[in-house]
Amino acid sequence: MLAWLARPENAKPIGLIIFFVTFCLIVWWVYAGDKKRAARMEEPKNIPFLDDDLDQETKDKSNG
Amino acid sequence: MAASNPAAGEQYDYEIIKKFTVMAIVWAVVGMFVGVYIASELAWPFLNFDIPYITFGRFRPVHTGAVIFGFGGSALFATSYYVVQRTCQARLWGGGLIPFTFWGWQAVIVLAALSYVNGYSQGREYAEMEWPIDILVEIVWVSYMAVFIGTLMKRKQPHIYVANWFYLSFLLATALLHTFNNLAVPVGLFSMKSYSLFAGAQDAMTQWWYGHNAVGFFLTAAFLGMMYYFVPKHAGRPVYSYRLSIVHFWALSFMYMWVGTHHLHWTALPDWASTLGATFSIMLLLPSWGGMINGIMTLSGAWDKLRTDYVMRFMIVALSFYGMSTFEGPLMSLKDVNALSHYTDWTVGHVHSGALGWVAMISFGSLYHMMPRLWNTKLYSDKLVGVHFWLATIGVLLYITAMWISGISQGLMWRAFDDFGNLQYSFVESVAAMHPFYAMRAIGGMFFLSGMCVMAFNAYMTIRQGVREANLVGQTAGAAA
Repeated sequence: MLAWLARPENAKPIGLIIFFVTFCLIVWWVYAGDKKRAARMEEPKNIPFLDDDLDQETKDKSNG
Repeated sequence: MAASNPAAGEQYDYEIIKKFTVMAIVWAVVGMFVGVYIASELAWPFLNFDIPYITFGRFRPVHTGAVIFGFGGSALFATSYYVVQRTCQARLWGGGLIPFTFWGWQAVIVLAALSYVNGYSQGREYAEMEWPIDILVEIVWVSYMAVFIGTLMKRKQPHIYVANWFYLSFLLATALLHTFNNLAVPVGLFSMKSYSLFAGAQDAMTQWWYGHNAVGFFLTAAFLGMMYYFVPKHAGRPVYSYRLSIVHFWALSFMYMWVGTHHLHWTALPDWASTLGATFSIMLLLPSWGGMINGIMTLSGAWDKLRTDYVMRFMIVALSFYGMSTFEGPLMSLKDVNALSHYTDWTVGHVHSGALGWVAMISFGSLYHMMPRLWNTKLYSDKLVGVHFWLATIGVLLYITAMWISGISQGLMWRAFDDFGNLQYSFVESVAAMHPFYAMRAIGGMFFLSGMCVMAFNAYMTIRQGVREANLVGQTAGAAA
């Protein structure tokens, strides 16, 4: 097994497996779980609006 | 009164952002002017006037340097400093390092331009700066990273918003790319000349690993950071899917790193390496379009904004061009398409649909959003934003249409054979056939530049108005005391 891993020509399939599994894990981590977890994962989308009060004055006047 | 709410200006460091915003606009005007000039030189060669300093070869890197690093870079410094402070609810960290990033970066742009017109160039695309300037870039970049990461570390918000992730990957990747692409041996301590550490095909591959990732991380990932903050903020609604943005980030960051070799199809580069580049380029379509859809769908339910709000229009049209050029790119990376498109004006058109349509337009939208907030006033004229929008859109369309026609004609003329198996056209015949399209491209550029001048005027008047209002409030407060 170790000898197979050490052969340079096997770097491509090893790379493929490592990166593809990592990608699947990221997608699973992002989308797994129930609605409650989904809502929690989506929660940070509101961060840009946390300091809205700072802009209230300018916001009303600009075309924003 | 506008200045009755100075809270944002006090809580955050806006001074540095104002400086970079102004310089972004200045470099855009300068860089686009030089671009229009060299486009005109190609169409009307008398414009060279036999002066070596202003020939195409020397002015071209002045153009790319001023628009990518001067305009794009300053816009990124400005927006990243703005976004990181506002999404972390923390003031910039770094003390003296903060102004250093400004003066250092401006010095880089000026020194690079001066060195190019005087004939000093490494001949590496988008990295023509010779070694002393490269070292300055390195120092400024590390300072920039320190300021950005230092600010992230003192955030009051446990989560790091996705826009900052994109800025982070841009910072890290640019540092790596700049360092390895510029490894070189100077001829002498007091000589501007140096030779690359790499040779032959390896050198070509290093250059295009850098070149395409400059597009991928400098001109894409970073501007996606801009998009993920300014599009939702300006639309007044959160991004369509935060989870999609996470997948978008990891997939895009991972895949871009591999695609550079698609610039070297049909060369001395090993075939497997160029196939690898093409394969990753095709896969890259998925995260690119995922991100574009995420940005555009943010407006879902508020499409009416597009009718009245030109700033929003800039952003959405930018995303449309992003989608268009990230479809065109993978298409061109296919070896068979590349056999037709490579070395032709099609490539130039592709770069500009990305650079003008996506990068410049998302920057215009973001700068128009930021300016009234930075100077605590309102935009001098919304109408002029509309004028800018139309001039820019017409300009890009003229430019890329001209380059499509000219590029595909070039490709077809170069590969045409007559009945006896001889090349049907001489090279100079293909050049002559391009003339009308070179003129059309120059005119497209003039439209875009005119729009930019309108923006510069609007920005100047907005800033003047902001400063006057602030002075007025200061005087009133002084009189009351």
